[in-house]
Amino acid sequence: MLIKIQNLKKQYGEEELITKVLHGLSFTINQGEFISIMGPSGSGKSTLMHILGLLDRLTKGQYEFEGQDVSKLDDNQLAKLRNEKIGFVFQAFHLLPKTTVLENVMLPLAYSSDKKNHIAKAKKILESVDLGHRLNYYSNQISGGEKQRVAIARALVNNPSVIFADEPTGNLDSKSGKQVMELLQNLNDQGNTIILVTHETQTAEHANRIIQLKDGLIVNDSSVKNKRIAKNEKILVK
Amino acid sequence: MFENYQQAIKTSSKTLLANKGRSFLTMLGIIIGVSAVIIINTVGAGAQELILAQIKSIGTDKIAILPGNSGKKEPPASALGIVITTLNYEDMLALNKKNNVANAEIVVAYSNGNANISWKSNNYNINFTGTTHQHPEIINSELDQGRFFTKKEEKDFSRVIVLGSEAKKELFGDSDAIGQKVKIKKHSFEVIGVNKEKGTVGFENYDDKVFIPLRTAQSIILGINHINKIIIKVDNEKNINHAIEDVKNTIREQHNIKDKTGEKDDFSVKNSAEGLDMIKSITDALRYFLAAMAALSLLVGGIGIMNIMLVSVSERTNEIGLRKALGANNSNITTQFLIETITITLLGGSFGIILGILISFLIFIIAKLLNYNDWELIISLNSILISVGVSITIGLIFGIYPAKKASKLDPIIALQYE
Repeated sequence: MLIKIQNLKKQYGEEELITKVLHGLSFTINQGEFISIMGPSGSGKSTLMHILGLLDRLTKGQYEFEGQDVSKLDDNQLAKLRNEKIGFVFQAFHLLPKTTVLENVMLPLAYSSDKKNHIAKAKKILESVDLGHRLNYYSNQISGGEKQRVAIARALVNNPSVIFADEPTGNLDSKSGKQVMELLQNLNDQGNTIILVTHETQTAEHANRIIQLKDGLIVNDSSVKNKRIAKNEKILVK
Repeated sequence: MFENYQQAIKTSSKTLLANKGRSFLTMLGIIIGVSAVIIINTVGAGAQELILAQIKSIGTDKIAILPGNSGKKEPPASALGIVITTLNYEDMLALNKKNNVANAEIVVAYSNGNANISWKSNNYNINFTGTTHQHPEIINSELDQGRFFTKKEEKDFSRVIVLGSEAKKELFGDSDAIGQKVKIKKHSFEVIGVNKEKGTVGFENYDDKVFIPLRTAQSIILGINHINKIIIKVDNEKNINHAIEDVKNTIREQHNIKDKTGEKDDFSVKNSAEGLDMIKSITDALRYFLAAMAALSLLVGGIGIMNIMLVSVSERTNEIGLRKALGANNSNITTQFLIETITITLLGGSFGIILGILISFLIFIIAKLLNYNDWELIISLNSILISVGVSITIGLIFGIYPAKKASKLDPIIALQYE
């Protein structure tokens, strides 16, 4: 089991100004799953992703990541865990400006305990997402679809246990969006655990399982019967 | 640990290189501050050497007696241009007696003034010096033509004059001056000698002066009885303190001063060693004051750096959020921003040192071109080390606040910042 949460609650503010966002969620996620967390604006899906991605702390409940109770970890331990076990893909790409594609992908390695072969690792990952020819391009010299593929390569470079993708197609045209989803699909086919946060049903249906949130509660948690992309379709990951 | 710092230095260098323009502007305050410290120290030391060389040129076996009292390290008021009339011709005569000052070898008195001197239609405003017949011996000046006036001429109020080399050129050009009559305030003087070029001794240019017998100057031109200065050459440098005591006692007796503490003295006795100390203390104070001003500009530069680093933190909020999401901890972020600030200040300091040395060298060249031959290029290692130390300290002090602010950013808020 990769992730186990029990009665997870999250609230912001203090005393009279408390805003309750998540109201006691419980579920488990296994290694190799492709999960979509869906819901309308304000349903708490981003907050849930931040907690699961160890960027935020829960208020009440229990969260075990690979069997470890993360609520007892301090900020530095959480940072280490994020670096080694978690990859993030954001809607806004968040690539460093005035920095090359290769350097962007190497960024997580700067904080890694493994100090060897950073360039070789980053190059290999970039080649695997078909960006081997863009290594020395600056982040502002490539297209939106390529930027998101760089972000995916960056998420993969430390060989994480799980990749969180927050609206990864939100800033892309439909063609680039499709390519990015195919890439995530193929990564999942290779055994990577993907947790996708989206409000688009079409995007969510690439997953094997959809957790639907509404007003901070899980209203549906089910497997997807008709996945949009068949496993034998175009393989982007080499 | 070391690898973390290595990584932070790499990251910081990349960021600084990616924003070359801003990095340079951030450094500017430090560049100006550090170069100012170096220039002030170097030029100050050069100027000090020049001044000290002038004092040394008087010789260390001389005693100067000036009218008016003063502290040990202060200049007497008369040296600052205030007219004090407490020294007179009789004092000089008393000092010249062997039973008063046994070690005095030569005693020379001076009374200076300014007047127009003319020869035929040539007119020239000149500093004239009324002095006694042993003046050439005391400053080691030599005559190019003619002779200096005698003791007899001095006593007889003779109207004779010796010209400095520049004064001769101004008045006579290439014509022969010896035997010619020149006029000072309608009084006629016969030119009896022309000095060889001497240059500046103890800040006085002896070449543009003319010399007339002291009593002639006092009674005929100036109409005064007091004198401006008495110089005594002592038989041996070792006897200088003994001679000073004799001088003080003699003048106190002359002036009826019973107090031996020196508080009631109406004269000052200085020797060149004291003069050196005095000038050194004045120039040192001036240097420290200017260096403090330059240090203030370093402080302003440091505040400028802090401001720009705060702007940088604000502009790079997204980047900080991203780095934290990707695994950077608070210490990584603090280190990165701190190293960026220290790199800026250190680079700024290095450029400042280079600029400071270049400008100091330029000033040295100009000083040499202007014939200030005693000016020396003294680049003190201390001022360089202090500048580097101050640069790093400023980087640390003014970098810590922006760095801490950056490290405390919440990664979620930072990632959502626009």
